[in-house]
Amino acid sequence: MPKGGKRPLPEVSSGSMADIAFLLLIFFLVTTTIANDKGIMMLLPPPPDPLQEDIDIKIKERNIFKILANSNDLLLVEDEPFRGKISDLKDEVKKFVLNFGSPSEDGMRVYNSLPSKMKRFVNQNGKSEKSSDDPTSGNAIVSFKANRGTSYDLYIQVLDAVNSAYNEIYAERVGITAEQWLQLDRDDDIQNDMYKRARQGIPRAISIAEPDK
Amino acid sequence: MPKFKKSTGTSEEIPTAALPDIIFMLLFFFMVTTVMRETDIMVKQQLPKATQLTKIERKSLVSYIYMGKPANSTLYGEEPKIQTNDVFVTVEDVVQFVNQEKDKLSEVERDQITMSMKVDTEVKMGLVTDVQEELRKSNARRVLYSSIKTSRE
Repeated sequence: MPKGGKRPLPEVSSGSMADIAFLLLIFFLVTTTIANDKGIMMLLPPPPDPLQEDIDIKIKERNIFKILANSNDLLLVEDEPFRGKISDLKDEVKKFVLNFGSPSEDGMRVYNSLPSKMKRFVNQNGKSEKSSDDPTSGNAIVSFKANRGTSYDLYIQVLDAVNSAYNEIYAERVGITAEQWLQLDRDDDIQNDMYKRARQGIPRAISIAEPDK
Repeated sequence: MPKFKKSTGTSEEIPTAALPDIIFMLLFFFMVTTVMRETDIMVKQQLPKATQLTKIERKSLVSYIYMGKPANSTLYGEEPKIQTNDVFVTVEDVVQFVNQEKDKLSEVERDQITMSMKVDTEVKMGLVTDVQEELRKSNARRVLYSSIKTSRE
């Protein structure tokens, strides 16, 4: 038996424990990436019904804005080779949608609901016989057809340009910027109302044609 | 004259003994909630850049399809491949994958399933449209082309 009785256990100082924990905490805080997935939303058309025969829907030539992409990533826009920047394509689409060539009754109503700045835009750039009648359903369709060899990058760029044209129209219609438009929260009643008001009568008519085999 | 003596026995220091516990609690919270990465991505992923991006509202409704050249080209070749979960699949298998994902959701939410397509920029549209055809067939029509935000010029 050792003499001297019990010696007090040497205490481990726990003062730095908080620091160690902090270090670990900061490590996890920094390495955590909360994945925020963002992208371009699209709704694919419903699958073809085998029972239904092909319906020929007649749409006037001038009401379709044709974008074709070939396997060399070259664009054909409205039957003419397109050599400009992608941002120019956006302006073309915008002019096409807001053309009001020969508006129907609904089209007239949409026109009257536009803010004065957009009416001026229509009067300056639009009213062309060769372009769309009005932006209502079925009267202004953006058709995009890609080849099987087209790169995905170009496809996204064109889709992005067309979408940005529509978003700018919607945003301008309710008097906000395109950035704000994208951040509208549809769960909020006021913002949802704004969203509906902007899209009233101007559907986002983008047709993605199936590529040739 | 004050009638009460100031009590001097109480210390004014805040006890810090519980501090490590609080920090540990935070630490555990972050350790538990952190999802490192569910799947190993075995294809090249250089996502396209775009400006008009929307966020997805509900993450539980989203399933991912990855497309691109295999990262390990000596083993899998140079042709772009489709990856779901942890395996390479063929175009025909996409329907099965969608149905599997749909089964995880409740009855009412099945129609709202969103397929997030994470496609490499070098992939040709042929493969993408083939997959889209399958998605149409399996009635998963909401598609998100996952892309990276570009700063405006």
